[in-house]
Amino acid sequence: MYDTGKIILGILIFLVLATSPFWYSKATGQADYLPDPVILTKDMPGKDVCVMPTDYMRSSHMDLLNDWRNSVVRDGERKFVSPNGHEYKKSLSNTCMNCHSNKAEFCDKCHNYMAVDDQTCWSCHVEPKEEL
Amino acid sequence: MGIDRRKFLTIAGLTTLTTLGKTVLGSSPAGHDPIETGSQAVKRLAMVIDMVKCRQNEGCTECTKICHKIHNVPDIGNAKEEIKWIWKENFEAAFPNQHHDLLEDNIKNSPAVVLCNHCDVPPCVKVCPTGSTWQREDGIIMMDMHRCIGCRYCVAGCPYGSRSFNFRDPRPHIDEMNPEYPTRSKGVVEKCNFCAERLVDGLLPACVDICPEKALTFGNINDPESEIRQILKSRHSIRRKPILGTNPQIYYLV
Repeated sequence: MYDTGKIILGILIFLVLATSPFWYSKATGQADYLPDPVILTKDMPGKDVCVMPTDYMRSSHMDLLNDWRNSVVRDGERKFVSPNGHEYKKSLSNTCMNCHSNKAEFCDKCHNYMAVDDQTCWSCHVEPKEEL
Repeated sequence: MGIDRRKFLTIAGLTTLTTLGKTVLGSSPAGHDPIETGSQAVKRLAMVIDMVKCRQNEGCTECTKICHKIHNVPDIGNAKEEIKWIWKENFEAAFPNQHHDLLEDNIKNSPAVVLCNHCDVPPCVKVCPTGSTWQREDGIIMMDMHRCIGCRYCVAGCPYGSRSFNFRDPRPHIDEMNPEYPTRSKGVVEKCNFCAERLVDGLLPACVDICPEKALTFGNINDPESEIRQILKSRHSIRRKPILGTNPQIYYLV
């Protein structure tokens, strides 16, 4: 084989260039970025816990919201009883956002990271005004 | 041998007879749907509008104002794109079948408060291709904005003009946003929902509550003791375009 050295060197240069974005973000620490949503909880007597356990909310809040939406709109069921016995009104704007009143620091943090389009919620449901 | 032909046929025949008998005898009493029979136990919400009281306060638009405020109904300022839940219509337009030139002046000239009639036979529900509008058990014609695709069949189907289409994003046209109730987005149809969100909290519809003349009465029309049944029994009432067979549930006292 002619020019073995040059070919191998060329292949190596190509590999380094092709994978350079990964090395670059590794080196600058961008790849390690994880969203860190800020959880605010306003004073709600007896209801300083979420409607469901944190693990469930982390993995399945979208399913819960879908269930709430369907049962409120289609069946007129507006009450939700949490596993620890508290009663809540099934409402995104009036229950969820009452505690998590910081959409930009809470919802958007992860949704932007994961490229989740939640515009479908906020084009109608009114987000709380944030006190900056 | 375990079983011979005669025994097998006997068992098979008896089994068939038992199954048939069960289906025929068991079905009729259990199959009755209380809603279909129009039983009084089923709630049916309706409204009576006293036009005599209403016209005492000429120019009053309190019902429209409060309804449009709490439901985030935009004021586009353009008649072609207007969005309305409850509003005043002149008598001839509201009651084309009842109108004639020689009608009493105070009836002919007094506008009627009109809104969704929450019909018993709703044409809008029939034509909706996505099931985003439907009739609840208590008679309210509800809308699910999440499913509305904006085809506007219901707008064409409604003979009362009760439905409005959002030709543009309504948000910039809402003066004072009520954060407790969602707005709509561009491309969906909307209308009066009989304040379904207030009824669950035990409140009356906002228009009924606010009316300074107490001209609106709301209640269960299937209950013979209810206030609206008593009113309808004692006064002459008319409805909008009853000839169309939609069985509208807004009654007007003239």
